Amino acid sequence: MTRFMKMTPIDRMLLLLTVLLAAYQIVVGIDGLSALPIIAYTIAFGVLLVAGLLLFILGFDVLDSPIVVIISTIIPLSLSLGLVSEYFASYRTPYLLFAIIGFAAVIITRSFTTSEKLPVIVLAIIHGIAGLIIFLLPIIFAISGKAKPGFALVGIGGGLIGLVGLLLSFLKTGKPILSRERIFKIFPGLLLVMTATYVAGFALR
Amino acid sequence: MKTIVAKFRLYWPLTKGLQSGLLLATGVAGYMSARCPIFHIGTILGLSGSLFLSIAGSTVLNMWWDRDIDAKMRRTQKRPSSAGTVSPEEILRLGLVLSVIGVGWAVAIDALYGLVVFAGLFFDVVIYSMWLKRRTCWGIVWGGVSGAMPILAGRVLGLGGFDWIGITLALGVLFWIPTHTLTFSMKFFDDYKAAGVPTFPSTYGFAFTRTTIAISSVLAAVAMGAAAFGIGMAWGFLRLLGVLSAGLLMLAFTITFRPSDRVNFSLFKYASIYMLAAMILVVIEVL
Repeated sequence: MTRFMKMTPIDRMLLLLTVLLAAYQIVVGIDGLSALPIIAYTIAFGVLLVAGLLLFILGFDVLDSPIVVIISTIIPLSLSLGLVSEYFASYRTPYLLFAIIGFAAVIITRSFTTSEKLPVIVLAIIHGIAGLIIFLLPIIFAISGKAKPGFALVGIGGGLIGLVGLLLSFLKTGKPILSRERIFKIFPGLLLVMTATYVAGFALR
Repeated sequence: MKTIVAKFRLYWPLTKGLQSGLLLATGVAGYMSARCPIFHIGTILGLSGSLFLSIAGSTVLNMWWDRDIDAKMRRTQKRPSSAGTVSPEEILRLGLVLSVIGVGWAVAIDALYGLVVFAGLFFDVVIYSMWLKRRTCWGIVWGGVSGAMPILAGRVLGLGGFDWIGITLALGVLFWIPTHTLTFSMKFFDDYKAAGVPTFPSTYGFAFTRTTIAISSVLAAVAMGAAAFGIGMAWGFLRLLGVLSAGLLMLAFTITFRPSDRVNFSLFKYASIYMLAAMILVVIEVL
């Protein structure tokens, strides 16, 4: 049986700020791009926004839902899709196919297979590829001068989302890196910092 | 002075401040959707004052009329009207004074605006509460019509007449209201049953109620989107409205196919945030 953990007013304030930052990014942060990146970034920040609102309404217990793993796959996949279609236009279609097939694979292996290993392997591959793109692409572009230095912040946000994903995944497999209470204690702050680095990184590129 | 403060504390719960505030927000958004800047301080104050008094007045009159059934429901039995802390005569007087001042002020600002405000009050108190609420679960449709009047009134005041955007904004609120009230009637199913008030869950069952919520959520999202497009909302704001609508639809379909008390509660809460956020977007767009 999972233990109930109460959300503090500070947690709620941090989540509200996360929601507002995500809303800002959807409204003004991605204007002027072509259709596919706009759609991809809108989905990424939209999922972040709705997830933040649901956490705000329901509290930490919502993280115990099995659907969290599926939903949390959408954010890195759509963010990386946006980055690839912006910076590697020739890989736009293959990566779009990868994102769609990868997401479908996560849903199918989580919903219909009895194997314990297969869903974990599929999730690790999908998250790994998407996470590496979000982490490395902005940092490499910032270092090589193809984008302004501030763009590296998006990579740092990518690292943080990977950390959040790892913490939650290991918690769900029953081998937590940190205790459930500790993860939930740092979760709203981590979510806010992650969103803030994305928003700042996109604004400063 | 102490007496006034004490009376205010006693009367305030009778006005359902949060609900009246949300409906007032729709009225202000309706006004500003006609590209009327908020800097028309006199008009904004008049709109806010007249609408709030009318909405609060109709709410107080509803409490006066429903005090017997409120006393049977755990959720409402501590209200001043059902607990007996304010006498029925005093509640009736308060409701009438607020309503007359609110509607009178609205008519003085603009006759057509006043007529729409009066229609909202009439549908809410007479058609919904007095006539239909205890007879049929479909009474909530008329409750919904009255809930849609503030946004229409605001638009009418800003524009000087009716247009398709005003009607669509009103439809958005009308279709949103079942999302809000039907989740509520499922959550407090036993309360309503004990009071003998027919609801969708008690008349048609929970599955039908959930399907109705899903359909009304889709219609609310479509209507709000169409109205926002008609207003000429910028793409960025439209994207955000789309995201918020997607969240509403996701929850509505989740309670249809994977029902649970938790999702039911989250839809109830999310629906309020959705409407408030949609209204804020309409206002920010004009600023």
